[in-house]
Amino acid sequence: MTTPLAALALLQSYDPQVEHPGNGTFFVATVVKMLVVFAVTLGLVSLLTLAERKISAWIQDRHGPNRVGPGGLLQPVADGLKNFMKERVSPGFVYAPIFWLAPALAFVPALVSFAVIPFAAPLPTPWGLIPMVVADVPIGFLYILSISSLGVYGITLAGWASNNKYSLLGGLRSSAQMVSYEIAMGMSTIPILLLAGNVSLGAIIRQQAVTGWNVFALSVAFFVFMVAAFAETNRLPFDLPEAESELIAGYHTEYSGMAFAMFFISEYSAMITQSALMVTLFFGGWDIPFTSWDNEAPYSVLKSLATLASFGAKTLFFLFTFIWIRWTLPRFRYDQLMSLGWKVMLPVALAYIVIVATAILALDAAGVARGPLYGGILFAMNLVLLVILFVWLDRGRLISPASGRARAAEVARLRARAFEVRQGRRAPVAELAGEAAD
Amino acid sequence: MVRAYFPLLLLFGFVALNAGLILAIGALTVRSRPTPVKSQPYESGIAPLGDARERFSVKFYMVAMLFIIFDIETVFMIPWGVAFRQLSCAVALTPAGCPAGQVSFFGLSEMLVFIGILLVGFAYVWKKGALQWD
Repeated sequence: MTTPLAALALLQSYDPQVEHPGNGTFFVATVVKMLVVFAVTLGLVSLLTLAERKISAWIQDRHGPNRVGPGGLLQPVADGLKNFMKERVSPGFVYAPIFWLAPALAFVPALVSFAVIPFAAPLPTPWGLIPMVVADVPIGFLYILSISSLGVYGITLAGWASNNKYSLLGGLRSSAQMVSYEIAMGMSTIPILLLAGNVSLGAIIRQQAVTGWNVFALSVAFFVFMVAAFAETNRLPFDLPEAESELIAGYHTEYSGMAFAMFFISEYSAMITQSALMVTLFFGGWDIPFTSWDNEAPYSVLKSLATLASFGAKTLFFLFTFIWIRWTLPRFRYDQLMSLGWKVMLPVALAYIVIVATAILALDAAGVARGPLYGGILFAMNLVLLVILFVWLDRGRLISPASGRARAAEVARLRARAFEVRQGRRAPVAELAGEAAD
Repeated sequence: MVRAYFPLLLLFGFVALNAGLILAIGALTVRSRPTPVKSQPYESGIAPLGDARERFSVKFYMVAMLFIIFDIETVFMIPWGVAFRQLSCAVALTPAGCPAGQVSFFGLSEMLVFIGILLVGFAYVWKKGALQWD
């Protein structure tokens, strides 16, 4: 019925939203967009380093950096200057070619992967309609999956070439962690392809304008994707590669100056890309909720600006979430991390693919048209699945009270003991000491 | 359509150039003053014991092998996912979707067979303890 070739043609099937302008306009627009996106990403990275420290200070009830500039606003500039002035230590024991190549290998994939994410509605100019994305390629989503996997090379090679035990362990951990969660991430996005029928991010945004945001229609996929995104960016609770209390700084222990800064920049720009990707795949991209004003054809500068603001607000929310979770949750143990990835996320993502495919087939057979009702039915199904998933994941650990962790007999014994302690018939400390002895 | 990929090439070149520039500026502006202590591996201030080129757990190698297998499965599912609506319609799709009564189970049953085979392998790997870290 459908040959692999036809499937390939479908993969590349691509209905550009806009007439493409001539070569000259295309080239100029590309260069301008590229420079702007690069500059904005780097600027946002430097602001994120400040935001990370300010938000952590706020969460921990401290002031945070407040000496350089008004309210510490110039702190990133000072940090950048300091990194430039730092001595470039070239340790004698490292394997120099790879040691100096590794920061660049981490830097390049992190900064080029944003290129295919559309960040606003097309902009009308006197020279034609310009799509607001650096590279409007038909394989958008596959490009991000493949490029972000390349980031693991920089980290692993840095860890190996440093010839330091901490770095080696950090590099190994990170390679195993990133590849494990990449599978869950890839599988969690298949349901989106089932709904959208296209891998181009523009088509996925348009699909969400029809059936509602995918976070509702495909909530379980979003949950798996978000967990995988945290693991892929090496952020807490999955920051095992650079666990400070175990590995000093992990894979970049031996780096200093700008080489160190490059790892930092790539980590933060990977965060930006993952946030933007979550927004695009699950939160409608630049779509403004509750109105179709922004999706319809006569585009204007105002529409582009409004959708850009919408995209920016959603992305900043996820960046805040990354920081918020980092300063809220403790780190996983390595065996927990691996078993979560392989024994929970992978089977959940696989089962979800089958469930969504069956649901789509059932809805199509029932003749439900693609629209709010379609999304609503899927959302209802997802709510049920989410409750089942969370109850199973939890198994009496987090959502249920602490007593849920112990067996019934144990709980009864502890309750009886607490009752006796309250009655003053038993000294709590002596009892505990006696228990520790046996 | 090849033109659509040109910005990516340009961007790769531009970012790689920037990476090189940052490293070069860092290397050229400040003089390196090595001392014997500075060029030792950092092990929390304790004199380093032995080399870091040691043997490490085979688990990491296992994970890398399993990754290759399962990631290729994911890659196989992507074209299936994109073509799913077409595969589950016995006749050609219209812009409104599949005509009434023409829904076919071909796409779903194909994938169920594929996932079934995948699950057999997954269960084997799990029972063998390849996913167990201790």
